[in-house]
Amino acid sequence: MVDYRPILRTENTNLLEVKSVTCVKQERCLFEALSFTLGSGKIMQIEGPNGAGKTSLLRILSGFAQPEEGEVLFEQRSINDYYDEFAAELLFIGHKTGVNTQLTAFENVCHWLRVHGYNDESQVYDLLGKLGLVGLEDVPVRTLSAGQQRRVALVRLWLNSAKLWILDEPFTALDKKGVAMLQSRFNEHLEQGGSILLTTHQDLTQHFEQLQTLVLEYRH
Amino acid sequence: MQVNHSYWQLFKAVYSKDVTLAFRQRAEIVNPILFFLIVITLFPLAIGPEPGLLARMAPGIIWVAALLSTMLGLDKLFRDDYHDGSLEQMIASPYPLSLCVLAKVFAHWTITGLPMVLMAPMFALLMNLESQALGATILTLLIGTPLLSFIGAIGAGLTVGLQKGGILMSLLVLPLYIPVLIFATSAIDTSSMSLAYGGQLAILGAMLAVACIAAPLAISSALRVSVS
Repeated sequence: MVDYRPILRTENTNLLEVKSVTCVKQERCLFEALSFTLGSGKIMQIEGPNGAGKTSLLRILSGFAQPEEGEVLFEQRSINDYYDEFAAELLFIGHKTGVNTQLTAFENVCHWLRVHGYNDESQVYDLLGKLGLVGLEDVPVRTLSAGQQRRVALVRLWLNSAKLWILDEPFTALDKKGVAMLQSRFNEHLEQGGSILLTTHQDLTQHFEQLQTLVLEYRH
Repeated sequence: MQVNHSYWQLFKAVYSKDVTLAFRQRAEIVNPILFFLIVITLFPLAIGPEPGLLARMAPGIIWVAALLSTMLGLDKLFRDDYHDGSLEQMIASPYPLSLCVLAKVFAHWTITGLPMVLMAPMFALLMNLESQALGATILTLLIGTPLLSFIGAIGAGLTVGLQKGGILMSLLVLPLYIPVLIFATSAIDTSSMSLAYGGQLAILGAMLAVACIAAPLAISSALRVSVS
Protein backbone atom coordinates (compact mmCIF):
# COMPACT_ATOMS: atom_id res chain seq x y z
CA MET A 1 0.00 0.00 0.00
CA VAL A 2 1.40 3.40 -0.94
CA ASP A 3 1.63 5.89 1.85
CA TYR A 4 0.41 9.27 0.62
CA ARG A 5 0.82 11.00 3.95
CA PRO A 6 2.37 14.39 3.37
CA ILE A 7 5.68 14.88 5.12
CA LEU A 8 5.03 18.46 6.15
CA ARG A 9 1.93 19.08 8.14
CA THR A 10 0.44 22.36 9.19
CA GLU A 11 -0.13 23.23 12.84
CA ASN A 12 -3.88 22.93 12.61
CA THR A 13 -4.06 19.47 11.20
CA ASN A 14 -6.86 17.43 12.60
CA LEU A 15 -5.35 14.71 14.69
CA LEU A 16 -8.52 12.69 14.87
CA GLU A 17 -11.35 12.79 12.40
CA VAL A 18 -14.59 10.96 12.99
CA LYS A 19 -16.69 10.49 9.88
CA SER A 20 -20.40 9.72 10.27
CA VAL A 21 -19.94 6.96 12.82
CA THR A 22 -22.96 4.93 13.83
CA CYS A 23 -23.05 2.57 16.78
CA VAL A 24 -25.79 0.03 17.39
CA LYS A 25 -25.85 -2.08 20.51
CA GLN A 26 -28.46 -4.66 21.39
CA GLU A 27 -30.66 -3.33 18.59
CA ARG A 28 -30.54 0.14 20.11
CA CYS A 29 -28.91 2.88 18.11
CA LEU A 30 -26.61 4.74 20.52
CA PHE A 31 -25.59 7.45 18.08
CA GLU A 32 -26.01 7.88 14.37
CA ALA A 33 -23.86 9.59 11.75
CA LEU A 34 -21.71 11.24 14.39
CA SER A 35 -18.95 13.40 12.90
CA PHE A 36 -16.41 15.60 14.60
CA THR A 37 -12.76 16.45 14.47
CA LEU A 38 -10.20 16.93 17.18
CA GLY A 39 -7.20 19.08 16.45
CA SER A 40 -3.76 19.06 18.03
CA GLY A 41 -3.68 20.78 21.38
CA LYS A 42 -7.42 20.34 21.89
CA ILE A 43 -9.30 18.66 24.68
CA MET A 44 -12.76 17.22 24.16
CA GLN A 45 -15.12 16.25 26.92
CA ILE A 46 -17.86 13.80 26.03
CA GLU A 47 -20.94 14.26 28.15
CA GLY A 48 -24.18 12.40 28.40
CA PRO A 49 -26.32 10.34 30.75
CA ASN A 50 -25.53 6.72 31.63
CA GLY A 51 -26.12 4.45 28.67
CA ALA A 52 -25.77 7.24 26.12
CA GLY A 53 -22.83 5.48 24.50
CA LYS A 54 -19.84 7.43 25.82
CA THR A 55 -17.74 4.36 26.51
CA SER A 56 -18.87 2.73 23.26
CA LEU A 57 -17.73 5.82 21.39
CA LEU A 58 -14.34 5.81 23.09
CA ARG A 59 -13.91 2.13 22.31
CA ILE A 60 -14.66 2.77 18.65
CA LEU A 61 -12.22 5.69 18.59
CA SER A 62 -9.55 3.51 20.18
CA GLY A 63 -10.10 0.80 17.60
CA PHE A 64 -11.28 -1.88 20.04
CA ALA A 65 -14.78 -1.97 18.57
CA GLN A 66 -15.92 -1.45 15.02
CA PRO A 67 -18.65 1.06 14.23
CA GLU A 68 -21.77 -0.11 12.42
CA GLU A 69 -21.02 2.52 9.77
CA GLY A 70 -18.50 5.26 9.23
CA GLU A 71 -14.79 5.45 9.87
CA VAL A 72 -12.23 7.01 12.16
CA LEU A 73 -9.13 8.70 10.76
CA PHE A 74 -5.99 9.47 12.70
CA GLU A 75 -3.70 11.90 10.89
CA GLN A 76 -5.78 11.33 7.76
CA ARG A 77 -5.36 7.60 7.82
CA SER A 78 -7.92 4.99 8.79
CA ILE A 79 -7.07 3.63 12.23
CA ASN A 80 -8.03 0.11 11.13
CA ASP A 81 -5.61 0.06 8.22
CA TYR A 82 -2.74 1.52 10.22
CA TYR A 83 -3.54 0.22 13.66
CA ASP A 84 0.01 -0.34 14.92
CA GLU A 85 1.07 3.20 13.94
CA PHE A 86 -2.08 4.57 15.55
CA ALA A 87 -1.50 2.52 18.70
CA ALA A 88 1.98 4.00 19.02
CA GLU A 89 0.39 7.45 19.32
CA LEU A 90 -2.50 6.38 21.53
CA LEU A 91 -2.78 6.22 25.28
CA PHE A 92 -6.00 4.57 26.38
CA ILE A 93 -7.13 4.24 29.96
CA GLY A 94 -10.59 2.77 30.27
CA HIS A 95 -12.88 1.79 33.10
CA LYS A 96 -10.79 -1.32 33.34
CA THR A 97 -7.41 0.21 33.81
CA GLY A 98 -5.17 -2.72 32.97
CA VAL A 99 -3.61 -2.83 36.43
CA ASN A 100 -3.04 -6.35 37.70
CA THR A 101 -3.93 -6.47 41.37
CA GLN A 102 -1.54 -9.32 42.18
CA LEU A 103 1.49 -7.36 41.02
CA THR A 104 2.97 -4.38 42.82
CA ALA A 105 2.52 -0.81 41.62
CA PHE A 106 6.11 -0.70 40.40
CA GLU A 107 5.79 -3.98 38.51
CA ASN A 108 2.55 -2.84 36.93
CA VAL A 109 4.01 0.40 35.65
CA CYS A 110 7.19 -1.26 34.39
CA HIS A 111 5.21 -3.95 32.63
CA TRP A 112 3.10 -1.34 30.92
CA LEU A 113 6.20 0.56 29.83
CA ARG A 114 7.80 -2.54 28.35
CA VAL A 115 4.65 -3.60 26.51
CA HIS A 116 4.46 -0.14 24.95
CA GLY A 117 8.08 0.01 23.87
CA TYR A 118 9.33 2.49 26.47
CA ASN A 119 12.40 1.37 28.30
CA ASP A 120 13.27 4.16 30.65
CA GLU A 121 12.22 2.93 34.06
CA SER A 122 14.30 5.40 36.04
CA GLN A 123 11.43 7.80 36.72
CA VAL A 124 8.89 5.25 37.87
CA TYR A 125 9.66 5.44 41.60
CA ASP A 126 9.74 9.26 41.56
CA LEU A 127 6.44 9.45 39.74
CA LEU A 128 4.73 6.94 42.01
CA GLY A 129 5.92 9.11 44.89
CA LYS A 130 4.67 12.25 43.18
CA LEU A 131 1.25 10.65 42.86
CA GLY A 132 1.10 9.97 46.57
CA LEU A 133 2.13 6.34 46.57
CA VAL A 134 5.28 6.73 48.66
CA GLY A 135 6.05 3.49 50.45
CA LEU A 136 3.38 1.63 48.50
CA GLU A 137 5.43 0.96 45.41
CA ASP A 138 6.25 -2.61 46.35
CA VAL A 139 3.05 -3.93 47.87
CA PRO A 140 0.49 -5.82 45.77
CA VAL A 141 -1.96 -3.41 44.22
CA ARG A 142 -4.93 -5.36 45.63
CA THR A 143 -4.08 -4.01 49.08
CA LEU A 144 -4.41 -0.39 47.89
CA SER A 145 -7.59 1.68 47.92
CA ALA A 146 -9.62 2.26 44.75
CA GLY A 147 -8.20 5.76 44.35
CA GLN A 148 -4.65 4.56 44.84
CA GLN A 149 -5.18 1.77 42.31
CA ARG A 150 -6.37 4.34 39.81
CA ARG A 151 -3.29 6.43 40.48
CA VAL A 152 -1.14 3.43 39.58
CA ALA A 153 -2.83 3.41 36.17
CA LEU A 154 -2.64 7.18 35.80
CA VAL A 155 1.15 7.22 36.26
CA ARG A 156 1.19 6.33 32.56
CA LEU A 157 0.11 9.87 31.74
CA TRP A 158 3.57 11.02 32.84
CA LEU A 159 5.39 8.22 31.06
CA ASN A 160 4.34 8.27 27.45
CA SER A 161 4.96 10.10 24.23
CA ALA A 162 1.55 9.46 22.70
CA LYS A 163 -0.20 12.31 20.92
CA LEU A 164 -3.74 11.23 21.65
CA TRP A 165 -5.04 10.38 25.09
CA ILE A 166 -8.38 8.65 25.36
CA LEU A 167 -9.51 8.53 28.97
CA ASP A 168 -12.74 7.00 30.18
CA GLU A 169 -13.79 8.54 33.49
CA PRO A 170 -10.22 9.32 34.61
CA PHE A 171 -11.35 11.07 37.79
CA THR A 172 -13.27 8.12 39.23
CA ALA A 173 -12.26 7.46 42.85
CA LEU A 174 -9.69 10.26 42.82
CA ASP A 175 -9.58 12.88 45.57
CA LYS A 176 -9.59 16.62 44.86
CA LYS A 177 -5.82 16.86 44.91
CA GLY A 178 -5.56 13.99 42.46
CA VAL A 179 -8.10 15.59 40.14
CA ALA A 180 -6.18 18.88 40.20
CA MET A 181 -2.89 17.14 39.55
CA LEU A 182 -4.37 15.27 36.62
CA GLN A 183 -5.77 18.43 35.10
CA SER A 184 -2.46 20.24 35.31
CA ARG A 185 -0.92 17.25 33.55
CA PHE A 186 -3.64 17.61 30.88
CA ASN A 187 -2.54 21.20 30.42
CA GLU A 188 1.08 20.21 29.92
CA HIS A 189 0.04 17.64 27.33
CA LEU A 190 -2.09 20.16 25.45
CA GLU A 191 0.74 22.68 25.47
CA GLN A 192 2.99 20.10 23.88
CA GLY A 193 0.47 19.77 21.06
CA GLY A 194 -1.22 16.62 22.28
CA SER A 195 -4.95 16.00 22.28
CA ILE A 196 -7.25 14.53 24.89
CA LEU A 197 -10.63 12.89 24.63
CA LEU A 198 -12.29 12.15 27.90
CA THR A 199 -15.60 11.32 29.48
CA THR A 200 -16.43 12.54 32.92
CA HIS A 201 -19.54 13.22 34.91
CA GLN A 202 -17.86 15.92 36.96
CA ASP A 203 -17.18 19.27 35.38
CA LEU A 204 -13.54 19.99 34.86
CA THR A 205 -12.54 22.24 37.74
CA GLN A 206 -9.76 23.86 35.80
CA HIS A 207 -10.42 26.13 32.86
CA PHE A 208 -9.25 24.82 29.52
CA GLU A 209 -9.28 27.31 26.67
CA GLN A 210 -9.18 24.58 24.11
CA LEU A 211 -12.12 22.68 25.56
CA GLN A 212 -14.70 21.28 23.19
CA THR A 213 -17.77 19.49 24.46
CA LEU A 214 -19.67 16.73 22.77
CA VAL A 215 -23.04 15.85 24.24
CA LEU A 216 -24.51 12.44 23.58
CA GLU A 217 -28.17 12.02 24.36
CA TYR A 218 -29.86 8.88 25.55
CA ARG A 219 -31.83 7.48 22.63
CA HIS A 220 -34.62 4.97 22.97
CA MET B 1 9.85 9.31 26.74
CA GLN B 2 12.15 7.42 24.48
CA VAL B 3 10.53 4.72 22.41
CA ASN B 4 12.61 1.72 21.63
CA HIS B 5 10.79 -1.13 20.00
CA SER B 6 12.19 -4.51 20.63
CA TYR B 7 10.18 -7.65 20.06
CA TRP B 8 12.40 -9.56 22.43
CA GLN B 9 11.78 -7.05 25.21
CA LEU B 10 8.04 -7.39 24.69
CA PHE B 11 8.19 -11.17 24.67
CA LYS B 12 10.23 -11.14 27.86
CA ALA B 13 7.89 -8.67 29.57
CA VAL B 14 4.70 -10.60 28.83
CA TYR B 15 6.29 -13.98 29.53
CA SER B 16 7.83 -12.95 32.84
CA LYS B 17 4.60 -11.30 34.01
CA ASP B 18 2.62 -14.52 33.52
CA VAL B 19 5.28 -16.71 35.08
CA THR B 20 5.68 -14.33 38.05
CA LEU B 21 1.92 -14.33 38.59
CA ALA B 22 1.82 -18.12 38.46
CA PHE B 23 4.53 -18.34 41.09
CA ARG B 24 2.64 -15.90 43.33
CA GLN B 25 -0.49 -18.02 43.06
CA ARG B 26 1.12 -21.38 43.59
CA ALA B 27 -2.13 -23.30 43.07
CA GLU B 28 -1.95 -22.43 39.41
CA ILE B 29 1.26 -24.40 38.99
CA VAL B 30 0.43 -27.18 41.39
CA ASN B 31 -3.13 -27.82 40.17
CA PRO B 32 -2.51 -29.22 36.68
CA ILE B 33 0.44 -31.32 37.74
CA LEU B 34 -1.41 -32.63 40.77
CA PHE B 35 -4.38 -33.50 38.59
CA PHE B 36 -2.05 -35.32 36.22
CA LEU B 37 -0.51 -37.23 39.12
CA ILE B 38 -3.88 -38.12 40.67
CA VAL B 39 -5.30 -39.48 37.42
CA ILE B 40 -2.24 -41.61 36.83
CA THR B 41 -2.11 -43.01 40.34
CA LEU B 42 -5.85 -43.76 40.35
CA PHE B 43 -5.78 -45.86 37.20
CA PRO B 44 -3.77 -48.78 38.61
CA LEU B 45 -6.07 -48.80 41.62
CA ALA B 46 -9.18 -48.86 39.46
CA ILE B 47 -8.22 -51.37 36.78
CA GLY B 48 -5.93 -53.55 38.87
CA PRO B 49 -2.17 -53.58 39.14
CA GLU B 50 -1.48 -56.15 36.47
CA PRO B 51 1.81 -54.93 34.90
CA GLY B 52 1.07 -56.04 31.34
CA LEU B 53 -2.34 -54.40 31.26
CA LEU B 54 -1.00 -51.15 32.73
CA ALA B 55 1.87 -51.01 30.26
CA ARG B 56 -0.58 -51.61 27.42
CA MET B 57 -2.82 -48.75 28.57
CA ALA B 58 -0.08 -46.37 29.69
CA PRO B 59 0.33 -44.25 26.52
CA GLY B 60 -3.40 -43.57 26.35
CA ILE B 61 -3.72 -42.77 30.04
CA ILE B 62 -0.68 -40.49 30.14
CA TRP B 63 -1.84 -38.59 27.12
CA VAL B 64 -5.48 -38.25 28.12
CA ALA B 65 -4.33 -36.99 31.52
CA ALA B 66 -1.90 -34.54 29.88
CA LEU B 67 -4.66 -33.29 27.62
CA LEU B 68 -7.15 -32.73 30.41
CA SER B 69 -4.67 -31.10 32.76
CA THR B 70 -3.59 -28.69 30.01
CA MET B 71 -7.21 -27.66 29.74
CA LEU B 72 -7.39 -26.89 33.46
CA GLY B 73 -5.27 -23.77 33.17
CA LEU B 74 -6.58 -22.66 29.79
CA ASP B 75 -9.71 -21.06 31.11
CA LYS B 76 -7.58 -18.65 33.12
CA LEU B 77 -5.15 -17.90 30.31
CA PHE B 78 -6.77 -14.66 29.15
CA ARG B 79 -9.49 -14.25 31.78
CA ASP B 80 -7.65 -12.00 34.25
CA ASP B 81 -6.22 -9.87 31.46
CA TYR B 82 -9.68 -9.55 29.98
CA HIS B 83 -11.27 -8.50 33.25
CA ASP B 84 -8.63 -6.03 34.45
CA GLY B 85 -8.20 -4.38 31.05
CA SER B 86 -4.65 -5.59 30.38
CA LEU B 87 -5.88 -7.15 27.16
CA GLU B 88 -7.01 -3.75 25.88
CA GLN B 89 -3.62 -2.33 26.81
CA MET B 90 -1.94 -5.12 24.87
CA ILE B 91 -4.12 -4.42 21.83
CA ALA B 92 -3.39 -0.71 22.11
CA SER B 93 0.34 -1.30 22.15
CA PRO B 94 2.45 -0.60 19.09
CA TYR B 95 3.53 -4.21 19.00
CA PRO B 96 1.63 -6.94 17.15
CA LEU B 97 -0.87 -8.61 19.45
CA SER B 98 0.15 -12.00 18.07
CA LEU B 99 3.56 -11.60 19.66
CA CYS B 100 2.07 -10.88 23.10
CA VAL B 101 -0.12 -13.91 22.61
CA LEU B 102 2.85 -16.09 21.65
CA ALA B 103 4.57 -15.07 24.88
CA LYS B 104 1.45 -15.84 26.91
CA VAL B 105 1.02 -19.27 25.32
CA PHE B 106 4.68 -20.01 25.93
CA ALA B 107 4.26 -19.00 29.58
CA HIS B 108 1.21 -21.26 29.85
CA TRP B 109 3.27 -24.12 28.49
CA THR B 110 6.10 -23.42 30.93
CA ILE B 111 3.65 -23.60 33.80
CA THR B 112 1.55 -26.60 32.75
CA GLY B 113 3.33 -28.47 29.95
CA LEU B 114 6.95 -28.36 31.00
CA PRO B 115 6.41 -29.90 34.47
CA MET B 116 4.58 -32.78 32.79
CA VAL B 117 7.52 -33.36 30.45
CA LEU B 118 9.94 -33.27 33.36
CA MET B 119 7.87 -35.68 35.42
CA ALA B 120 7.23 -38.07 32.54
CA PRO B 121 9.86 -40.61 33.69
CA MET B 122 8.09 -40.93 37.02
CA PHE B 123 4.71 -41.43 35.37
CA ALA B 124 6.17 -43.98 33.01
CA LEU B 125 7.45 -45.88 36.02
CA LEU B 126 4.07 -45.68 37.77
CA MET B 127 2.40 -47.13 34.69
CA ASN B 128 5.04 -49.80 34.22
CA LEU B 129 5.85 -48.53 30.75
CA GLU B 130 8.66 -50.38 28.97
CA SER B 131 11.95 -48.57 29.25
CA GLN B 132 12.32 -48.29 25.47
CA ALA B 133 9.04 -46.36 25.37
CA LEU B 134 10.25 -43.77 27.88
CA GLY B 135 12.11 -41.74 25.25
CA ALA B 136 9.04 -41.64 23.04
CA THR B 137 6.84 -40.56 25.98
CA ILE B 138 9.13 -37.66 26.81
CA LEU B 139 9.52 -36.63 23.18
CA THR B 140 5.81 -36.75 22.38
CA LEU B 141 5.04 -34.73 25.51
CA LEU B 142 7.77 -32.25 24.62
CA ILE B 143 6.38 -31.68 21.13
CA GLY B 144 2.74 -32.31 21.93
CA THR B 145 2.11 -30.20 25.05
CA PRO B 146 3.04 -26.86 23.39
CA LEU B 147 0.70 -27.88 20.59
CA LEU B 148 -2.06 -28.43 23.15
CA SER B 149 -1.39 -24.97 24.60
CA PHE B 150 -1.55 -23.33 21.18
CA ILE B 151 -4.77 -25.03 20.12
CA GLY B 152 -6.36 -24.51 23.51
CA ALA B 153 -5.48 -20.82 23.54
CA ILE B 154 -7.56 -20.32 20.37
CA GLY B 155 -10.58 -21.66 22.24
CA ALA B 156 -9.69 -19.61 25.32
CA GLY B 157 -9.45 -16.47 23.20
CA LEU B 158 -12.83 -17.08 21.60
CA THR B 159 -14.63 -17.75 24.87
CA VAL B 160 -12.91 -15.26 27.21
CA GLY B 161 -15.76 -12.77 26.97
CA LEU B 162 -18.44 -15.29 27.86
CA GLN B 163 -19.81 -15.78 31.36
CA LYS B 164 -19.43 -19.54 31.44
CA GLY B 165 -17.08 -20.13 28.59
CA GLY B 166 -15.38 -23.18 30.08
CA ILE B 167 -17.72 -25.82 28.70
CA LEU B 168 -17.95 -24.19 25.31
CA MET B 169 -14.18 -24.02 25.22
CA SER B 170 -13.87 -27.75 25.90
CA LEU B 171 -16.33 -28.48 23.12
CA LEU B 172 -14.39 -26.28 20.72
CA VAL B 173 -10.95 -27.49 21.64
CA LEU B 174 -11.28 -31.22 22.35
CA PRO B 175 -12.02 -32.27 18.73
CA LEU B 176 -8.89 -30.39 17.66
CA TYR B 177 -6.85 -32.24 20.28
CA ILE B 178 -7.75 -35.63 18.81
CA PRO B 179 -5.11 -35.70 16.04
CA VAL B 180 -2.43 -34.86 18.63
CA LEU B 181 -3.69 -37.64 20.88
CA ILE B 182 -3.72 -40.18 18.05
CA PHE B 183 -0.21 -39.47 16.79
CA ALA B 184 1.32 -39.14 20.25
CA THR B 185 -0.10 -42.40 21.62
CA SER B 186 0.70 -44.16 18.37
CA ALA B 187 4.33 -43.02 18.68
CA ILE B 188 4.59 -44.40 22.23
CA ASP B 189 2.89 -47.67 21.20
CA THR B 190 5.23 -48.10 18.27
CA SER B 191 8.28 -47.42 20.39
CA SER B 192 7.22 -49.96 23.01
CA MET B 193 7.29 -52.54 20.20
CA SER B 194 10.85 -51.35 19.49
CA LEU B 195 9.86 -49.99 16.08
CA ALA B 196 10.83 -46.63 14.57
CA TYR B 197 8.43 -43.88 15.65
CA GLY B 198 10.02 -41.00 13.75
CA GLY B 199 7.04 -40.69 11.41
CA GLN B 200 4.54 -39.89 14.13
CA LEU B 201 6.98 -37.48 15.77
CA ALA B 202 7.55 -35.77 12.43
CA ILE B 203 3.82 -35.27 11.99
CA LEU B 204 3.53 -33.87 15.53
CA GLY B 205 6.49 -31.59 14.81
CA ALA B 206 4.89 -30.41 11.59
CA MET B 207 1.66 -29.65 13.46
CA LEU B 208 3.63 -27.70 16.06
CA ALA B 209 5.43 -25.71 13.35
CA VAL B 210 2.12 -24.77 11.74
CA ALA B 211 0.59 -23.95 15.14
CA CYS B 212 3.55 -21.72 16.09
CA ILE B 213 2.87 -19.53 13.09
CA ALA B 214 -0.87 -19.78 12.56
CA ALA B 215 -2.19 -20.07 16.13
CA PRO B 216 -0.94 -16.67 17.43
CA LEU B 217 -2.69 -14.97 14.51
CA ALA B 218 -5.89 -16.93 15.15
CA ILE B 219 -5.72 -16.25 18.89
CA SER B 220 -5.18 -12.52 18.42
CA SER B 221 -8.13 -12.31 16.03
CA ALA B 222 -10.23 -14.24 18.53
CA LEU B 223 -9.19 -11.84 21.31
CA ARG B 224 -10.02 -8.79 19.22
CA VAL B 225 -13.50 -10.21 18.63
CA SER B 226 -13.90 -10.96 22.34
CA VAL B 227 -12.83 -7.46 23.38
CA SER B 228 -15.05 -5.59 20.91
